[in-house]
Amino acid sequence: MSVFAAIVVGLVQIVVVLVGGPLLLGVMRKVRSVLEGRRGASIVQPLRDLRKLVTKQRLRPNEASWVFAFGPVILVSTAVVVAGLAPLVTTRPPFSVSSDFFALVFVLLLGSVFLALSALDTGTPFGGMGSSRAMTVGALAEPALLVAILAMAIPAHTSNLATLVRAGLAHPELIASPARILALGSFLIVILAESGRLPVDNPSTHLELTMIHEAMVLEYAGPDLALTTLGESMRLVLLLGMLVNLVAPWGIANQAGPLWFALGCAVLVAKVTVAGTAIAVFEVFTAKLRLFRLPELLAGGFVLALLGAVTAVVTR
Amino acid sequence: MSNAPLIVTGVAGLAATIAGGALPRRVRVWGATLLTWVSCAAAIVGAVDVLRHGDSLILRSSQFIPFTGVNLALKPLGSVFVIATAVVAVASTLYWTGYAKHGFSTRSASAAMALFVTSMLLVPAAASVSTFLILWELMALSSLLLVLTDQARREEARSAAQWYAVMTHVGAAAILLALVILSTHAGSQSFDAIALHSRQLPSGVRATVFLLAVAGFGSKAGAVPFHVWLPKAHAEAPGPASALMSGAMVNLGIYGILLVGDQLLGGGPVWWWLVVMALGVVSALFGALYAATSTDLKRLLAYSTSDNMGLILIALGASGLFAANGNHAASSVALVAGLLMMLNHSVFKSTLFLAAGSVQMATGSRNLDRLGGLMRRMPVTGAIFLVGALSVSALPPFNGFIGEWLLFQGLLHGLPTTSTAIVIAVLVGVGALALTSGLTVVAFVKATGVGFLGRARSDEAILASEVPRVMQLGAGLLAMLCVLLGLLPMLVLGALDRAARSVTGTSIQSPVRGWSALHLHGLHGVIAPLLLAAGLVVVTALAGASRRRAHRSASPYPDLRSTDPWASGRQLQTPRMQYTATSYAEPVQRVFDDVIRPARDVDVSHAAESRYYIERISYYSTSDDLIERKLYRPFIAIVRWWGERARSLQNGSVHRYLAYGLFALVVILAVIA
Amino acid sequence: MTIRTVLQALVHRQRVTEDLKMASSTRSPSAVSLHGSLQLRHVDAGSCNGCEMEINSAFGPVYDAERFGVRLVASPRHADALLVTGPVTKNMVGPLLKTFEALPEPRLVISLGDCAHDCGVFRGGYGVEGAVDDVLAVDVHVAGCPPHPEAIIEALRSLTGQ
Repeated sequence: MSVFAAIVVGLVQIVVVLVGGPLLLGVMRKVRSVLEGRRGASIVQPLRDLRKLVTKQRLRPNEASWVFAFGPVILVSTAVVVAGLAPLVTTRPPFSVSSDFFALVFVLLLGSVFLALSALDTGTPFGGMGSSRAMTVGALAEPALLVAILAMAIPAHTSNLATLVRAGLAHPELIASPARILALGSFLIVILAESGRLPVDNPSTHLELTMIHEAMVLEYAGPDLALTTLGESMRLVLLLGMLVNLVAPWGIANQAGPLWFALGCAVLVAKVTVAGTAIAVFEVFTAKLRLFRLPELLAGGFVLALLGAVTAVVTR
Repeated sequence: MSNAPLIVTGVAGLAATIAGGALPRRVRVWGATLLTWVSCAAAIVGAVDVLRHGDSLILRSSQFIPFTGVNLALKPLGSVFVIATAVVAVASTLYWTGYAKHGFSTRSASAAMALFVTSMLLVPAAASVSTFLILWELMALSSLLLVLTDQARREEARSAAQWYAVMTHVGAAAILLALVILSTHAGSQSFDAIALHSRQLPSGVRATVFLLAVAGFGSKAGAVPFHVWLPKAHAEAPGPASALMSGAMVNLGIYGILLVGDQLLGGGPVWWWLVVMALGVVSALFGALYAATSTDLKRLLAYSTSDNMGLILIALGASGLFAANGNHAASSVALVAGLLMMLNHSVFKSTLFLAAGSVQMATGSRNLDRLGGLMRRMPVTGAIFLVGALSVSALPPFNGFIGEWLLFQGLLHGLPTTSTAIVIAVLVGVGALALTSGLTVVAFVKATGVGFLGRARSDEAILASEVPRVMQLGAGLLAMLCVLLGLLPMLVLGALDRAARSVTGTSIQSPVRGWSALHLHGLHGVIAPLLLAAGLVVVTALAGASRRRAHRSASPYPDLRSTDPWASGRQLQTPRMQYTATSYAEPVQRVFDDVIRPARDVDVSHAAESRYYIERISYYSTSDDLIERKLYRPFIAIVRWWGERARSLQNGSVHRYLAYGLFALVVILAVIA
Repeated sequence: MTIRTVLQALVHRQRVTEDLKMASSTRSPSAVSLHGSLQLRHVDAGSCNGCEMEINSAFGPVYDAERFGVRLVASPRHADALLVTGPVTKNMVGPLLKTFEALPEPRLVISLGDCAHDCGVFRGGYGVEGAVDDVLAVDVHVAGCPPHPEAIIEALRSLTGQ
């Protein structure tokens, strides 16, 4: 693929994720509203919110350092880099030499770490609380995630995500294998934990003492808040995009050509919308787990991943 | 190949020690430092020479040490450790010139620093039992002197030195026993002779030797359960000394295990490497957990050393396992991963310790609960600590990430096997890698966030100011090296590959060598760290610029307003209301309560008038090392009980003592006859 | 939660939301800078909670204020307007001012209910400092004791323009 084509492909993926993030948020809120019996805001409302936030004043706690302002920027930039490198629209993303699953996960982790640091930089107890809880949830989710990646990588002999998706397209029986199903179940639990959805964290709560992710961003205003919201919604799109391409890769552009590429975009949007809707429906019928029960959920995810890995080794 | 570098290393090191002990105070530290730099430079030259050509540098002489002579042979494996030590030593001694005004410029401290560096540079080159043990002992004694520099003021420093002295000598005894068994069988002290003859030893003896070596060297490396001295000694030693101890000395424990396991004994059955891996898993998890729940900055870093050494042991154990199983590609990947992690650890851990030393000098405190707000008051030190913290958390684009990626790839590609033991070992290894990685992130976000960010929690933190330029430079050099190794690991991978090849016999680099991407030879695994880093930097700059641009053009209020933090409208918001290190780690502590088992105490004092008016409630929660509490203290209590029993033998009567002497003489004569 | 309950909810759902028409002349000048998105931070400065129940109702399924681009948020830093109910009691003066200080510009104050306007039935009480007018500059006022949810929504729609 020529350098020009690679850049175009990367940019299109980034734009799809950039715009799709707030839209996904809008879709999920709409689904929740409809199931609650009301109409709810329109799907593009988060975009309106972002537009208004850019015009508001920027605020900063008076003893915060540069890390406070840097956090949202790095949250968005890590999401953009992963959007450019992950196999979302096409199985041959630009520079697929770097779409290693392990690497992509750790790039996203860089964003979370900086957000946690910025939360501590606010100097408020809420920031520390959100940061502490988010990092603990992340630490407990990481074994599940890495063992799930291992379970998916064993049959394909590589941890490169693009290769994994291509392997799924070429051998559909791989997708239906118990190892992959268990690993993806574990991956789903990790996604819920990392993106702060129910039952791990309620994204629309007002009670500070129940917050995990929300508590980290209480101090941001204006464009910083816009970046933070954008970054978190992009991360959700990215994680769901990776999940759906591992569960049902059909429709992703496997050959070069603008037509395949456009089809790939449309199919990605459709698949992520379906996944997001499913999560929103699940959220309506689930209550938030109390904080002390979270390690049990994450340990359950780990056990699923471990079973998946053992199955993958045994059924090779 | 001329062995001049070895000679220069030794001579310059000796000169540095003498300079440190003899020169007047004004020039003592600089004199010792400059001579140490000469010694390090010579060592690096020699080591690079060995790695490039694959030969060894040999230096034999019967002059310097009576009865046994000096026998040095620097091989590719040892060269890697020499380079790590030299790099850390150059930066730490530079830092030391600025730190020395803190009572660290005495004759004994200066001489000990120089001797410490020299002995660490020469240990990987030792090629006979006596040379090795003499250098090992010099290293231990000089570091002991360094731990004791603060002993006049602090009781904890004395206690730490006691623990360190006893445990390092018990470890040395185990190593001595192992090496003596080998050399008596081989009939010669030289490592080459031992390597030739060790195959003929019965397997029980070989196993004993290996286990003794693992115990002794593992103790030096900080492997659990022999690690108890490490948090004490590394925390109490002054800044540059703890950087050297954590950044260079613990590596030699790893070198020792490789020396005995691979070079002297020539490899062994699978269960040896399972033992090493198990030791690694336990160390990694234990170290990471205690780092995550520690409130003392340097203890946190010391436990993190134990954690990283555990990961390296996992890598070594995995490498041995795969080699014993015939999977040489994965074995060499795992070994290179271990060596790379060792190198990375030296660089980022010494960065962190030097930055922590700066914090201790500026505030007088190591307690995270009394720090905070230092990023604004000490911006350079704060940035250096942040770089170190991101590196140890294995985040791209810093150096720790590549090491962990390589280890993961090694474990992944070692899995195609029919051996159940290996499958279980690999799965446990990956799980341990992941959990320690997560807990390390918690630990270092806590250390950076509570220590440097937010608002200052105490007067000493409020009054902190940046440290002298020389100290910033010393720590900053290592921080820049963290970034460089993260962007271009290919610079060192060739050398590590050659060192690993001398142990396993295969290499990892693809025949196509690029400068931007790392390909695994014969396996599907590729990563491009430079590309990732470039992407991150460019996008971050763009994101920041577009935020500013969009805000300036769209908002009628384009300026940044500085306000009080929002605290639910509370009228009184003090810095003490922020999260402390203890509260930050509380969720982790709660999850792992059975392991940590903190001792809790609640103390309620009532007002004089009535029991129902409470004046003050104090809550204490101390979590000391579980292994120290459950394993060592009972053992020490037993030894003390035995000693007190034995004291009844000393009743002061000369007649009885003469009778003891006669009795012992009669027994020995009976045994000889 | 079972598949059965999910399907039941999807099949039998009734949308109870009332359709509301808006008069075209009630668009406030602040609506321009808000671009159709309004985040509110509610502060109870001393009310009897009657107004709070009406706010709950306004954001509930029947009146559904969210469909007009309005959302309640937890932190004043995320908000565009302060929604104050009740007379301002002596203990709440400081917190109310702090909360207003925490809002980023451009910011608005919406006072809800008769108590917020002129202390209502609590005028002259020993714990009452004054009306919201006496503490902050109020931009929009919604009358009523308590105000009807439709009145609340009309005021909010004048700000979002939806």
